[in-house]
Amino acid sequence: MALTTAPDPTRRGSGSVRPDAKRRGTGRIRHGEGLAGYVFLSPWLIGLMGITAIPMLLSLYLSFTNYDILTPLSEVEWVGLANYERMFTSDPSWWHSVRVTLSFALIAVPLKLAAALGVALLLNRAWRGVGLFRGLFYLPSLLGGSVALAIVWVNMFNRDGAFNSFLALFGIEGKPWVNDPDWALETLMVLAIWQFGAPMVIFLAGLKQVPTELYEAASVDGAGRFRQFVNVTLPMLSPVIFFNLVLETINGFQGFTAAFVLSNGTGGPVDSTLMYTLNLYITGFTDLEMGYASAMAWVFLLAIALITVVFFSTGRFWVHYSDGEDS
Amino acid sequence: MVASTVAPPVATRPRRPRSRSWLRLVVLLAIVAVVLYPLFWMIGTSVKSQEEIVNNIGLLPRNFTPGNYLDGWTNFDVSFARFFLNSAMVSLLTVVGNAVSCLLAAYAFARLKFRLRGVWFAVMIGTLLLPGHVLIVPQYILFRTLGLVGGEWPYLPLLIPQFLATEAFFVFLMVQFMRGIPRELDEAARIDGANAFGIFRHVILPLSRPALVTTAIFSFIWTWNDFFRQLVFLSNLSDYTVPVALTLFIDSTSQSAVGPMFAMAVLSLLPVFLFFVAFQRMLVEGINTSGLKG
Repeated sequence: MALTTAPDPTRRGSGSVRPDAKRRGTGRIRHGEGLAGYVFLSPWLIGLMGITAIPMLLSLYLSFTNYDILTPLSEVEWVGLANYERMFTSDPSWWHSVRVTLSFALIAVPLKLAAALGVALLLNRAWRGVGLFRGLFYLPSLLGGSVALAIVWVNMFNRDGAFNSFLALFGIEGKPWVNDPDWALETLMVLAIWQFGAPMVIFLAGLKQVPTELYEAASVDGAGRFRQFVNVTLPMLSPVIFFNLVLETINGFQGFTAAFVLSNGTGGPVDSTLMYTLNLYITGFTDLEMGYASAMAWVFLLAIALITVVFFSTGRFWVHYSDGEDS
Repeated sequence: MVASTVAPPVATRPRRPRSRSWLRLVVLLAIVAVVLYPLFWMIGTSVKSQEEIVNNIGLLPRNFTPGNYLDGWTNFDVSFARFFLNSAMVSLLTVVGNAVSCLLAAYAFARLKFRLRGVWFAVMIGTLLLPGHVLIVPQYILFRTLGLVGGEWPYLPLLIPQFLATEAFFVFLMVQFMRGIPRELDEAARIDGANAFGIFRHVILPLSRPALVTTAIFSFIWTWNDFFRQLVFLSNLSDYTVPVALTLFIDSTSQSAVGPMFAMAVLSLLPVFLFFVAFQRMLVEGINTSGLKG
């Protein structure tokens, strides 16, 4: 994808490799090893071409056509930029799905990371039982992406669900949250936050890397626990925060299963859970507008690439690498 | 990045006052209760009668109703035994495909020198972030053109990519792992006359077992839970996997199906849960060493 252009130090001159290049210079390519390399790499290379690269190009081409699955590929009609034009100018449900996806990611991801960091801090004192808690908190991350859990979730926030039973304890009368356009997406956000265990485990590993001396030094300087957190923990943890942020944001954009289950594949109620990927699925596989769906996929890909680039270019202002030159 | 965060021995900190650690424990237990409640609620609901599902807000049923499991198992024209078999087959074959193909690719990247290696490696890292949803439409068209969608054996579109190392995450994980295997072992084998294949067979393969196990566990769990690709590629009821079959309960919105639906939901999570119990430490360490997904 678009992110593959990073220069690689191990890259060899690709253009004019002469036959004797193998034996020149450092002579690092042993006799026969170059061939063996490609033999071992061949399944991956075939996959890269057949499963990734060619489909990507095909999808780029289709995004300029009005292809539906019913007409043969040879008879598709080139429509130029019409699909992209339609998306940006005359498809309110596309814009709506963008809004739904963005608000999901902007709210759920920070809350999930905050929960992950908070619990990691609670666990980051060595005592017996840490392993048990860590495992229990991680369990939802393993189960949460499944259809089964999405079903449980939808019922939990339904009229007779556990959440309303809980509210009833305080005399609050609940409602079928999953059928309310103002609340359906929020229940999916709670499901995402519930799976805070995976980033928490990564935070825990990061916390253990913070040298104890730093806390001791800060403590000698009179820093309280809050100051230690702001001035020691957060900067030392910033690479891990950055990593989790990039990963969870990209995952957040791709939420599909729970939205599909909640709305029975429609994105309802009133399009309130029409996540981008769900909209793409409906367009491509329910409405069979595969040309248009391809255009949506490419915009999605470019958006994710752009967001990743933005993350990495802003990262250098706040991500602190202790072994870097700017320490 | 987090690639190397295998935790070192924990430094001991000065002990905190007792009251504080009690408070911490209470807070943690409260969080555990909130986190586990949905799971207990799921199990409780799966053994409640329809009447109790609506009226009994407690976790436990007054009348234990295991019949939900039987009703759920045979709720559709095809029994859940078939769906479980289908899921198990897809998941196990995916495990084999990922383990073999990713190991081969990882060996090439980690140990062999060949032209354009750096370029291919960068491409592989690039595909790590490539969302699967982007490729689903053209892949569907390609597999359909090849006559593999809904064909004689409809699982090929799900499995072929897994035998071609398209799960870059596992390639990356194994490359990272192999970089930790001492190169002296390669050299020793080379002196003994082994070529690249011999080194793979006698040095790298046996020593890569931990990475293979991690790959196997994660690829089983992810495939078992996967819904999107299975939804797209499977169209006959008798070919359905468990996740796709579960969504049929939602279609048949009749209130009476809630108990059976929960029963099947519980059963569908059971394999993942057992993996969790058996390999808990490895799973947690696994996402640490590789630092991805979860």
